[in-house]
Amino acid sequence: MNTKIKAKLVDAAGLTRTITRIAHEIIERNRGTERLGLVGMQTRGVYIAKRVAAKIREIENIEVPVGILDATLYRDDYRTSLRQPSVQQTDIPFDLYDMNVVLVDDVLYTGRTVRAALEAIMDNGRPKRVQLAVLVDRGHRELPVKPDFIGKNIPTSMNEEVQVHISEVDQEDAIYLVEVEK
Amino acid sequence: MSLLSQKHMLGLADYSAEEIQTILDTSLQMRDILNRPVKKVPTLRGVTVVNLFLENSTRTRTSFELAEKRLSADTLNFSASGSALSKGETMLDTALNIEAMKVDVVVMRHKSPGSPHFLARHLESIIINAGDGRHEHPTQGLLDMMTLRDKYGSLKGLRVALVGDILHSRVAMSNIIGLKKMGADIIVCGPATLIPRGIERMGVEITNSLDDAIQRADALNILRIQLERQTAGLFPSLREYHKYFGVTRARLEKAKAPLTILHPGPMNRGVEITSDVADSEHSVILQQVTNGVAVRMAVLYLLAGGRAEPSA
Repeated sequence: MNTKIKAKLVDAAGLTRTITRIAHEIIERNRGTERLGLVGMQTRGVYIAKRVAAKIREIENIEVPVGILDATLYRDDYRTSLRQPSVQQTDIPFDLYDMNVVLVDDVLYTGRTVRAALEAIMDNGRPKRVQLAVLVDRGHRELPVKPDFIGKNIPTSMNEEVQVHISEVDQEDAIYLVEVEK
Repeated sequence: MSLLSQKHMLGLADYSAEEIQTILDTSLQMRDILNRPVKKVPTLRGVTVVNLFLENSTRTRTSFELAEKRLSADTLNFSASGSALSKGETMLDTALNIEAMKVDVVVMRHKSPGSPHFLARHLESIIINAGDGRHEHPTQGLLDMMTLRDKYGSLKGLRVALVGDILHSRVAMSNIIGLKKMGADIIVCGPATLIPRGIERMGVEITNSLDDAIQRADALNILRIQLERQTAGLFPSLREYHKYFGVTRARLEKAKAPLTILHPGPMNRGVEITSDVADSEHSVILQQVTNGVAVRMAVLYLLAGGRAEPSA
C-alpha cells in the first residue's frame, strides 16, 4: 500500500491557531474550567491534548489535568483485522467521577475509535459529561458520533487519508492530505 | 508492528527475544486493567477458552481463568478426575471432542512432556502450555521475567540463581530458556542428585553451594521441593535438605547486597525457604502472583486476537 502526499492543508502556525481556538471553545462551552479534564487518545491525540491544556493554562492560568487513553482492547475489529495492534499505555491520573471530560483525537473518520474510547472511559469511571474534540473531521461516519469541537472540516474521498503530524512524534507540525494507492 | 510469529505457546524455546519483549510490554498494560474499578475489557468477547488441566493445579488454573475472564472470554474448566479420561478415553479423543464443541483456545497442563505439542499437531485450536511434565511452563517463565524486570528495569546482565530441584522443574527450564534469551546469566544451585546431567550445555553455571550462589547472584528463584519426590531417595531427608539448601535470613545476610527473592509457589515454609525470608521486604512472591494474571492476559491477547499478517 503506497501513499502519496497530495497537499499540505495546514502548516505549523495554522495548527497552533487551530489548537488555540479549540482551547477557547472548550473554556467557553464549559463556562470555565471547573471539573474539566482532558483525555488524549494514543498516540497523537495525547500530544494535542497536552497542547490544548498548555493553551488553557495560558488563557486562564489554570492547570487542567490530562489523561492518556488507549482504546485498543475495546476495538470492534480486533478479531477480524489483519494486524495485531500493540497495546499502549492508559493513564488517567484524575478521578473521572462527575468530571466534564473532553476526549481529544487527531482525525475523526468512521467513529469506531471514539465508540471504543467511550466504553473505555466508562470502565474507568463515571464522568458527568464527555465531549469530543478533533483536529480534523474527514467525514465517512459509520456510527452516530458527532464532535463538539472541530479544528478543520476536510471532506475526503475513501481513497484519501488525512495525516496529522505532531512535532513530538513526526518532527513537524502539519496536516497533509494523502492519496492511498491500493 | 509488534506481532508474534507463533500460533501457539508451547514453550519459550520457540520465542525470540523481541517476542518476549512484546509480551512483557503488553503485560504492563494488562496489569493496569487489574487496578481499575472495572477490572475487565471486552477484547476476547466471543472467544471460548478451555482449561484442560489433566494434572492437579489450583493456582495456575485460577490465574489463567481470571486472565480469561478479565478479557471477557468464555471459559470452561476441564479436569481429569470425573471425566471420560478416567473411563479410558484417550487424551486426543477427549481434546477432539472438546474442540468439536467449537472452542478457540486450549490451555493445557499434562504430566507428560510434549503433550501440548502433540495436541497442536492434531487440533485447529490455539494451544497454550500451562506446564508439561518437567519440560516447560512458559507463562511462569514470563511472569518471573516480568517481576524481575519490574525490579531491575532490564534483564540484561542480571544474574539469577535457581535454587533447589532443577531436575523435576519445568519452572527452571522456562526460566533458563527465557532469561538467557533476554541476556541474563543463570546459576543453578542444588544437590547434585537434583541437577540434570548436561545442563551446563544450556549455558548455565552450576554450583552445589548455596552460599556461593548467594554471593554471586542478584536474585534467587527458589524452587519448590516436591515433597512427593522425597521417597525417590534423591536427598536423605527434608531436614538435611533444609540444612544445606534452605534459604534463611542468616545466609542471605552474608550477601554483598540484598537479593530479590522469588518462589513459584506453593511454598514449603521451613524447607526450601524460611518464613522470615518469604515475608521479607525483598520477597516479590506476591507480585509474581499478580504478574501471573497480567502475563496470561497478554499471551491470550496476542495469540487469540487478530490474525497475524501473512508473511508472503
